Amino acid sequence: MSNDIRARFRIDRKDFSLDVDLALPGRGITALFGHSGSGKTTCLRAMAGLERAPGGHFAIGGEVWQDAASGLFVPTHRRALGMVFQEASLFPHLTVRGNIEFGQKRAASVPPAGGVPEIADLLGIGHLLERRPAELSGGERQRVAIARALLAAPRILLMDEPLAALDLKRKLEILPYLERLHRELAIPIIYVSHAPDEVARLADHLVLLDQGKVVASGALNAVLSRIDLPAAFADDAGVVIEATVAAHEADDLTRLEFTGGTIFVSRRPEAIGTVLRCRIHARDVSLALVPPQQSSILNCVSAVVSDLAPTDTPGHVLVRLDVVGEPLLARITRRSAERLDIRPGLALRAQIKAVALLA
Amino acid sequence: MESADLAAVWLTLKLATVVTLLLLIFGTPIAWWLARTHSRLKGVVGAIVALPLVLPPTVLGFYLLITMGPNGPVGRLTEALGLGLLPFTFPGLVIASVFYSLPFVVQPIQNAFEAIGERPLEVAATLRASPWDAFWSVAVPLARPGFLSGAILGFAHTVGEFGIVLMIGGNIPEKTRVVSVQIYDHVEALEYTQAHWLAGGMVIFSFLVLLGLYTFNPTRRKVL
Repeated sequence: MSNDIRARFRIDRKDFSLDVDLALPGRGITALFGHSGSGKTTCLRAMAGLERAPGGHFAIGGEVWQDAASGLFVPTHRRALGMVFQEASLFPHLTVRGNIEFGQKRAASVPPAGGVPEIADLLGIGHLLERRPAELSGGERQRVAIARALLAAPRILLMDEPLAALDLKRKLEILPYLERLHRELAIPIIYVSHAPDEVARLADHLVLLDQGKVVASGALNAVLSRIDLPAAFADDAGVVIEATVAAHEADDLTRLEFTGGTIFVSRRPEAIGTVLRCRIHARDVSLALVPPQQSSILNCVSAVVSDLAPTDTPGHVLVRLDVVGEPLLARITRRSAERLDIRPGLALRAQIKAVALLA
Repeated sequence: MESADLAAVWLTLKLATVVTLLLLIFGTPIAWWLARTHSRLKGVVGAIVALPLVLPPTVLGFYLLITMGPNGPVGRLTEALGLGLLPFTFPGLVIASVFYSLPFVVQPIQNAFEAIGERPLEVAATLRASPWDAFWSVAVPLARPGFLSGAILGFAHTVGEFGIVLMIGGNIPEKTRVVSVQIYDHVEALEYTQAHWLAGGMVIFSFLVLLGLYTFNPTRRKVL
């Protein structure tokens, strides 16, 4: 059964407008990314039916929840969705168990990922079931909120900046659980965020929103490697690659293999075979026409120039490269681009000065 | 204490209990509506509910007397229905007291509903709870301190009323003669000992009620 999502909303208010028309994949994590005021939360709330968007349309896998033509608007409580808010919003008058069973008791079907024991285990909250929300840490509360949403047997999980209210330590505590959800859940997750690192780490599909409009929507790297995005998204330009841990070498380096070649990073704790996501910023990639013979930069891959575009940083250009099918971005000075005669189709070497591992 | 005094105490407790129950039943939807509505009528309804806070009981009693009297619309209705006239009866006293104590029940409950905010109800909706379900399973439990305050204040305020009882209920033993009126009668008759018993009892009762309210009513737990 396909779970593909269609969402079309138009909201016009005095100080804010939203105008989106999205086709989103029915699997994996779709990130709605944008700065505050970009409309990402409003868009998510419209999907949940918490925000009225007259004239809108929302359907998931053929199940229509809102349709302007037929005047259909399924109220939130009749939509098979799970929602996690920025603050955990647990019910303070119920125990953790009471909270997570709240939706389960009312759901029409069996949760896709099992009952209370399985979901409690998935989120590591099994030992908290008899506690009161007031006795939990922020990170624990948010995990309970996620479990509560999942037990309501949703067809789609909506998450509104679930980590934004947490400090760094709590964020790092929750991220592995989100990655687990990503691996183990069959339902799509719509994840609203304004943190590039979270998006790079979790998302498969990325929607960029700016002032209520969709700037770009597509597979994570297809969007990240675009060089024509507005300045608001361009200063942090960079791509995400998925690499497999291939070997831990004697000199405290770990060798990672990805489609486009090999990269070395400082020794990692993960076992061989683990898939890691790494982010490579455009500003950390430099270009050379011949393989550099005497360079301290270890990571160097063969690449072909796809295209290039000026950036908003004066005197710089953004070059999109093709590394055996994987995109890579490099930000270099215009002078270098002219000196090396960088043009589409040119084969060269890309030196990667730094790799940010996202796990 | 003489039997007339005991009858007055019993009548007072009966009146306050009935009135409190009725106020919880009718006041809760009003409080819910006032807490959640964006209607322009909110100000008007809120002001009407609060009127007994500022009006002398005699004014309220006067108009209720006229409305429920033989020439008033309510009086004609009750007579047409074969119920007779309400003034100077226990049911008449109950109705007058409900109006008089309305703000003391509605306002604490309304404040409690407002303090809950939108979020827990939105969460309940995303967990498949219908609005009716969410009201009972989320809003009412979270507003419990407000219900407690409202019930205690409504009860105590009904016990303490005097002017409106005289206007609507008169002074009929075992029917409308409540403690406050009985005390008045004792003082008029210079029966200070009996007056002391009842008046002292009222002071102790009121103090205990307020003590309970301030001690046991938990400060509203933060909505997580």
